[in-house]
Amino acid sequence: MKQNQMKAWLYLLPAILFLGVFMVYPLIDVLVYSFEEKYNFVTQTSQGIGLFNYAKVLRDHQFLDAVKNTFLLVIITVPLSTGIALLISLGLNAIKPLRKMFQTIYFLPYVTNTLAVGLVFMVLFKTTDYSSGLINSLLSALGMRQVDFIDGPYWAKMLVLCLYTVWVVMPFKVLILTSALASVDQEYYNAAKMDAASPWRVFRKITLPMISPMIYYLVITGFIGAFKAYSDAVALFGVELGKAGMNTMVGYVYDSLYGDRGGYPSYASAAALILFAIVLTITCINLLISKKRVRY
Amino acid sequence: MDKQLNAVTSMDFDRIERRAAARRRTSQTVIYVLLALWALIVLFPFYWMVLTSLKDQAAYNSEKVPVFFTLNPTLQNYVSAFTDEQVNLGRYFLNTVIFTLATTGLMMLVIIPAAFAFARLEFRGKHLVFTLFLSLMMIPNELVIITNYVTITNWHLRNTFTGLILPSVTSVFYIYLLKENFEQIPDELYKAARVDGTTDLEYLVRVMIPISRPTLITITILKVIECWNAYVWPRLITTKSSHFLVSNGIQQIRVSSFGRDNYPAMMAAVVVISLPLIVLFLVFRNKIMEGVSRGGLKG
Repeated sequence: MKQNQMKAWLYLLPAILFLGVFMVYPLIDVLVYSFEEKYNFVTQTSQGIGLFNYAKVLRDHQFLDAVKNTFLLVIITVPLSTGIALLISLGLNAIKPLRKMFQTIYFLPYVTNTLAVGLVFMVLFKTTDYSSGLINSLLSALGMRQVDFIDGPYWAKMLVLCLYTVWVVMPFKVLILTSALASVDQEYYNAAKMDAASPWRVFRKITLPMISPMIYYLVITGFIGAFKAYSDAVALFGVELGKAGMNTMVGYVYDSLYGDRGGYPSYASAAALILFAIVLTITCINLLISKKRVRY
Repeated sequence: MDKQLNAVTSMDFDRIERRAAARRRTSQTVIYVLLALWALIVLFPFYWMVLTSLKDQAAYNSEKVPVFFTLNPTLQNYVSAFTDEQVNLGRYFLNTVIFTLATTGLMMLVIIPAAFAFARLEFRGKHLVFTLFLSLMMIPNELVIITNYVTITNWHLRNTFTGLILPSVTSVFYIYLLKENFEQIPDELYKAARVDGTTDLEYLVRVMIPISRPTLITITILKVIECWNAYVWPRLITTKSSHFLVSNGIQQIRVSSFGRDNYPAMMAAVVVISLPLIVLFLVFRNKIMEGVSRGGLKG
């Protein structure tokens, strides 16, 4: 028995080692960093413990800009993408021929490199010296004013970022909702047909309650994902997100760590923990609401 | 009288049926049109990237308003994408392949024994350890990446494959997925093997791994996708282009644009970088979609 115990731990050893070094230790360390004042990356020394880093980060207008961008992105894209995904899934559920084909196409963005396709979006929305770009040509054709969506005004940049984010997150949502819809017991629909219930009534009284756990799952993961937005923005606006005024909270963390304004793991840690606290709070609120509203 | 009533009702019935059928047809048409519209939105960027990559650079630059087709497709852009002086795309490709294979392979060596221990072996503290493992699933990468960056820097592993690979060779989620799968293999098989004198390790390699092959393939594919698209960690850890991955390459291309706003060459690079995963997806479509719906997180 004793020998068996040893053997089990031996099998677990690699996993425990890696998780210990690259997950558990960093978790403790990130807390330590965030409270160490004036931590110097080169000499690896600090001058005391306190909330200085948090205060510094919270006063940094770069961080506040990043918070504003992130919140805007979350508030716009989560409801929008979940809503469109629900419509698409309902549509997919209502057809038979070509369904597989549509599902395959809709899933494509999931497997493509976010940065690579981001470049395509940039080309579509950008105006250069040579060309006004496809989107702007369409705008002109419709009699609207042209605007540079990549280097132009803030609202235009935010719009492209939101559009691209929705495009990127859609596959996962459609996939989850289509399988949720497919698993609703057909008996309920047959019963509704007997009662000659209107489609809207069927949707509200049967479909929506039955898939509500999955919708809430998507809203929660959507919130978490959108709060962590970063590479989508990099794909569109390049690495210098701060300069473009399009930085996100995660972007701020990495910028404090690395690059021109880098070398401050303390600020990065404080910012990451603030982000984590926000995400945790919102997830808890979401869970509380869903407990009241969702039937499992 | 009765006959008349019958005639009327059957006529009404016909009419109602026909009207319902017509309504079904209209709603079906509307649904198809909307679905096709979304398919167009999804596919259009792909079309545009392939189209642009085939356009001659001079022709592309002379289009004030972009054209939706090209009559003179050229592969020259692919040649320039791979022969650029600053952007060594072939190298990045090779790096990404090495990184992907090594990370996925090492991960298998770590997660298979761990899943086996949780599913098959009895030891004290098993439930506690497993609960601790599961709680790690909730930790966002952003929180631990800061220390990992410092750790790898202190170990002088920046700009090495070891530094790139090490932090991503464990995944609690895949251990969990595999453990669930291992547990479905009946106990009788294990007992019979023990009677025959098979050791645990032999049993794992000869019985459990072959039986769990579908799940292992799913995990492999999901990990390959993750590695191929990795961006944040490679960006932090590599400063020299000798260890750039394709994602870093894209950022480099973005800045340099292959010299002078050479968008066609840029799009050629993007096509080449996207293609492997698209092919992988088309081959393993069902496995990937099933795997992602079981717990892939991106959205």
